[in-house]
Amino acid sequence: MVSIAAKAPKSLNVRLKNRLDSWTFFAFFVTALIGAPIITVIVMAFTDTSDIWQHLYNTVLGTYVQQTLLLMIGVGVGVTVIGTSTAWLVTMCRFPGSRIFEWALLLPLAVPGYVLAFVITDQLEYAGTIQVFLRDLFGWTSARDYWFPEVRSLPSAAIVLTLVLYPYVYLLARAAFLEQSVCALEVARTLGKSSWGSFFSVALPLARPAIVVGVMLALMEVLNDFGTVDYFAVQTFTAGIFDVWLNMNSTAGAAQLSTVLLAFVLVLIVLERTARQGKKFHHTSTKYSELPSYCLRGKRAFWAFVLCALPVLLGFILPASVLAHYAINFYEETLAADYFRFVANSLTLSTTAAVVAVLIGLFLAYAVRLSPTPAIKVAARAASVGYAIPGAILAVGVLWPLGALDSMISLLGDYAGIAIGAVMAGTIIPILYGYLVRFLALAYGASESSLGKVTPNMDGAARTLGATPFTALKSVHYPLMRGSLLTAGILVFVDCMKELPLTIILRPFNFDTLATFVYQYASDELIEESALGALTIVGAGIIPVILLSVTITRSRPGSTS
Amino acid sequence: MSGLNLRAISHAFGSNQVLNNVSVSVEPGELVCLLGPSGCGKTTLLRLAAGLETIQAGTVEIDGVVVGDADSGANLPPEKRHVGLMFQDYALFPHLTIRENIGFGLAQKDRTQAHNNISARMESMGISDYADVYPHTLSGGQQQRVALLRALAPGPKVLLLDEPFSGLDVTRRAQVRTETLRTIKDTGVGTLMVTHDPEEAMFMADRILVMNEGRVLQDGSPTDLYFHPHDQFVTELFGPVNEFTGAVENNLIKTPIGDFPVTGHEDGTELAFLIRPEGFLIDDQNGSIKLKVVTARPLGRSSVVMMELKDGTPIEARVPGVVLPKAGQTVGVSIRPEQIHYFPK
Repeated sequence: MVSIAAKAPKSLNVRLKNRLDSWTFFAFFVTALIGAPIITVIVMAFTDTSDIWQHLYNTVLGTYVQQTLLLMIGVGVGVTVIGTSTAWLVTMCRFPGSRIFEWALLLPLAVPGYVLAFVITDQLEYAGTIQVFLRDLFGWTSARDYWFPEVRSLPSAAIVLTLVLYPYVYLLARAAFLEQSVCALEVARTLGKSSWGSFFSVALPLARPAIVVGVMLALMEVLNDFGTVDYFAVQTFTAGIFDVWLNMNSTAGAAQLSTVLLAFVLVLIVLERTARQGKKFHHTSTKYSELPSYCLRGKRAFWAFVLCALPVLLGFILPASVLAHYAINFYEETLAADYFRFVANSLTLSTTAAVVAVLIGLFLAYAVRLSPTPAIKVAARAASVGYAIPGAILAVGVLWPLGALDSMISLLGDYAGIAIGAVMAGTIIPILYGYLVRFLALAYGASESSLGKVTPNMDGAARTLGATPFTALKSVHYPLMRGSLLTAGILVFVDCMKELPLTIILRPFNFDTLATFVYQYASDELIEESALGALTIVGAGIIPVILLSVTITRSRPGSTS
Repeated sequence: MSGLNLRAISHAFGSNQVLNNVSVSVEPGELVCLLGPSGCGKTTLLRLAAGLETIQAGTVEIDGVVVGDADSGANLPPEKRHVGLMFQDYALFPHLTIRENIGFGLAQKDRTQAHNNISARMESMGISDYADVYPHTLSGGQQQRVALLRALAPGPKVLLLDEPFSGLDVTRRAQVRTETLRTIKDTGVGTLMVTHDPEEAMFMADRILVMNEGRVLQDGSPTDLYFHPHDQFVTELFGPVNEFTGAVENNLIKTPIGDFPVTGHEDGTELAFLIRPEGFLIDDQNGSIKLKVVTARPLGRSSVVMMELKDGTPIEARVPGVVLPKAGQTVGVSIRPEQIHYFPK
């Protein structure tokens, strides 16, 4: 042993171990960075000695739990029904417009919930188009003459969120239906099932895991939503965290509510991960041919058309046209409110976040590939859990570690006799940090799957030809992954453009993005004056819709494209 | 010592022990084949030599320098080892042209200098017209040549080939094999090649190491392995054999096909007695063993004659040329002693 060891110079040893460790170290560092806000929240919640718990329990907790659950149930049922039925119709049936609906059904994804909430309220309230029309029609003169449902309510919030979130289910259900071997369906038909029977006995069970994943993603967005529930005055957890934190000035209380909300999130994550694992049904048949299309005629075609048209109409065409109408009439007010500065702020934030997220996601995925030990895999997976954590929780968790860091830095400055002041607070670093925690999963997931397409032998070839891990990444992997990384970057970019709860809390004083501008104006009943801003956000949101619809039509196994 | 030296290598993936105390050495200019069924650990051994797997037990030495040693924890990364590795799937970089692929391993400053060298090699392998196209436009045989040139371009101290011909169709293999062998021998680099095809190993190798279940069963020249196999597994590598069993009695074994003298085994030892199909000579005048012909099929260069003993035991013979005795006919057969092998059961 001694003699063999002597043959390997010690310096060589040390150097090699260091090199290997730097990638691993990076992976664990990222995980710690992502985990810090969540751990902060939990620690804050449990170290507070005052009996806020008891107080919360006695006063608001019950309402939050009830309202959150009701909203989740409403949206859950809504997105399942709309997402699955429309996906089945456009995948399996042919009726007027079905080809257009294939991508058009994704459009509501471009509309943030709060924007739709503003538009729908604007149209339905007392002075809105609908009620004015009804009063004219029936000759009513005041609100006492007739009954009209309360617009700012929990059911409205559920409807609005359903309309903007059903595309998650639609997207995954449609992908699942497309992946199914036509043989399984044809066998079901030859075994005597009707077309509807084969849907319920074969297609739906096979697609169920994908549908569950879609519903869970939609529900995570429900828990994250702040703009819609705030506008409709629905007392969910996220609304509650903001209320307790900002209005009651109790950070510990906000942290404690956050931990309860985290429990909700955890359930969703577990359900989603379980469903993802179950998704690996293996088709024994490799035969994929053009899917059978049932040509619908007459009444059936009409109802199929209505069912697909309604979500698109209400979730996209209505808000887009109302906003466009207002934007044309009120664009001068928007420009005067410093529209271009908001655009510049939004672009700066979102672009920086997208670039950083993609870089970190890429390095993280590559670190896992370099040494796929169980520890590093767990770390990477943990780092990609941020997408499920509502922005309100992250806001609580981000602000305090950075605040502590600030006071530490200024304390050090005091010792050195330099007045440093706050380095983090007042900059965009907290927002970027929050965005990164929340959207790293997108970038990491894209990097991971794209990296999977570069065969390990490519790594081996590059390495044996003298490339270091970093050179190999730069000259082999990166060029091969560029397209996917760009897509991931765009997805992160758009999500950041739409993001509201994190941005509201973590932005520097007097710093507005398009989202915060629209939210503030619309909350002050100035929706017309902010319409151009909202329209800009929706416009940016259309980019990923296009990317997704292109991907989904290409993803069909056995297709030549 | 120059060349490649793998000493006492053991390796496991989880609880699956894929290599068990394997030692291999390759001299400069020598071509050594690792021959064995798939999953016997051959490829892992190549990856360990290249540094693509972290060594768990044993030592890897290239050109007299220890590059991997389990005891000291030394593990030089692949990019520092100067090995050329050619993969089964070639692993050509799809985003680089053929010339860029071949030049990938050359440092920037060497590129112009090596440019002529590469061009000459591409010329000699008949792919110079494809210098500026991308790999997916090439045929399998052309891709194989590019992969070989790419591995050789930086002038590696040792060349590792992982199933280099398995991606080619049978009609192409013979030609590409000859060409590959010539190219490698021209460079004079020591080569370790992995294959599961005995004929390929026989054709290419100066020395063959037969492996099974993570162990080396035999290390010898191609003719050594064929004529002096150490055990039944090695014997059967070169094709199915006619197998009989019997016990030794006074240095004699009784089998259904006759009694044969055996040496080196005590009385009572159960032996597997193996005769290769090509060990039979059909010779009505001198053949003392009488067999009944069941079928005879011509393969071109040789013929397969299926026969049976009186008790119905089937015998397969492979004889050169077109020899097609009629079914049902009884023929005289003699056996070449060098094609008989026996091992204790």
